[in-house]
Amino acid sequence: MKFLTTNFLKCSVQACDTSNDNFPLSYDGSKCQLEQDESIEFNPEFLVNILDRVEWSAILQVAADLGNTSLPPNKPIFEDKNSLNEDDMAILRDLHILLIQTSIVEGEMKCKNCGHTYYIKNSIPNLLLPPHLA
Amino acid sequence: MGKKQYLLYMVQIHTNFRLAELESLADLFNLDIDFSKYDANSPFFFLELDNDEQARQWIKRSILTKAIYEYWGHGQTLDSLHDTIKQTPGFQERCKQFKNSSFKFEFENYQGGKKKDMATKVKQMESFKYLEFEGKIDLKNPQEIYTLIEEYAPAFGKAAPTVPLSYIFGRFVGSSDRSAMERYDLKKRPYKGTTSFEAELSLVSANIAQVKPGTLMYDPFAGTGSFLTAGGHFGALVIGSDIDGRMIRGKGANTDIKSNFRFYQESEKFLDVLTMDFTHNALRSNLVLDTILCDPPYGIRESIKILGARDPERFAGKEDIVIDGQKAFLRKDYIPTKKPYSLDSLLDDLLRYSAARLPIGGRLAFWMPTANDENVETIIPLHSNLELKYNCVQEFNKWSRRLLVYINRGDSFKGPTNGGQKRSPSNFRERYFTHFTK
Repeated sequence: MKFLTTNFLKCSVQACDTSNDNFPLSYDGSKCQLEQDESIEFNPEFLVNILDRVEWSAILQVAADLGNTSLPPNKPIFEDKNSLNEDDMAILRDLHILLIQTSIVEGEMKCKNCGHTYYIKNSIPNLLLPPHLA
Repeated sequence: MGKKQYLLYMVQIHTNFRLAELESLADLFNLDIDFSKYDANSPFFFLELDNDEQARQWIKRSILTKAIYEYWGHGQTLDSLHDTIKQTPGFQERCKQFKNSSFKFEFENYQGGKKKDMATKVKQMESFKYLEFEGKIDLKNPQEIYTLIEEYAPAFGKAAPTVPLSYIFGRFVGSSDRSAMERYDLKKRPYKGTTSFEAELSLVSANIAQVKPGTLMYDPFAGTGSFLTAGGHFGALVIGSDIDGRMIRGKGANTDIKSNFRFYQESEKFLDVLTMDFTHNALRSNLVLDTILCDPPYGIRESIKILGARDPERFAGKEDIVIDGQKAFLRKDYIPTKKPYSLDSLLDDLLRYSAARLPIGGRLAFWMPTANDENVETIIPLHSNLELKYNCVQEFNKWSRRLLVYINRGDSFKGPTNGGQKRSPSNFRERYFTHFTK
């Protein structure tokens, strides 16, 4: 599961939708095994578009869960999306490595509201629920 | 600048989908095209556009066309073709514009006609002498390609017609994306399954759904990822989910959905596949999904299921079971139980979800099978925020399936709705297996 996906996933339990603690899920850094796939090509324009969908505070939280506290406190802003300068490219390259190339291969994530645990196996998160939570 | 005349050469296959594809692509690129002369029974569509760039842009991702040409002339015989070429407005200007360009001639036959021998080709090319092209003939890398299309009448019995119905002549402007069909052919795909959707119509679906580069596409019933593949081809970042983890897991590291993307060298377009019940959705509710494209389960191979206990009493208290000091339902190998669900409810959920998640103008496209009973009306699911834009039918012998395409118009649209009603007249799965005899 790519790091970027952690920015899209909340708890599946419908009752948690009324809480603000169902997103992002909290990741157990000691149990998460990360992998970087360097073969995934860097596409800056594409990444700039996708960044529009990203909630930066959740990126910071999940990165911290996984032991990375070196991210800028605010979401990078690009003045002119059509002509990215060298500084922009350096930032985007770092984001590409974090969001697109890094994935959680094995691991656990938990809802901060209900405490339910979800597993990631072979890079695929399992968001199914037992009947008493469905 | 005035408009120019163009000829679109289309394929005579899936004509129920062809106009929808062409309109959707025109709309995607903001092209104002007059479709009043479009004829579903003809492979030729004569139309007007501002310039070549518009023509190329419009057709470059089309699957159900071959190519677009600048129109030069059309006649029942070769002689009358030459007459119309000379009389078509702008003839002198066109000849002058391309006078010094290197060029070659190509020959196309629509249904029938023999393969031409060189002598016939040379003879036909020489009849175009009056164009007075002075550029050199370059068979490998010409600046311009001129195409003579011969249209034949359909063959009846053994006697295939040898004389064309008509001749069309044009300058090649751009080709379609029809070759993607070969590239994405299921026969060559590393990971596929019994539910994989054929390449041609999955690509057409993605065109009609207006999948755009740099946007987010979601398939809630991803299976082996056929529609994710099609969406990735057109440049979207794709995410899929399926309640059946076996499908999306694939058969090992080199035979799964992710490896298909690697195979097509589009790895950066693949976000993830999630084992998830669509009706217990974990995508955060403020995440905008630009396109939703899918083939929902119709219970043909397996009945439709969602999370939950079929018999809740039997499961009462099971949440308290502990194995090795850990709650059973929190263990990594726990497999949750599922219960049957109706197709009507699932499609209601899909429409409601799409109305909530798509941006205004965003499209939902999905496939729906129906039995071909002449006395049973097919009721299309409707939601008050969604405009039903297309309903394209593909006929099989005793059943058919249709691609339904909706545009999210928002709360103010207030269209008709039939959510919560029983629409499906019968159990499609049961009828499929009894060959529609009941």
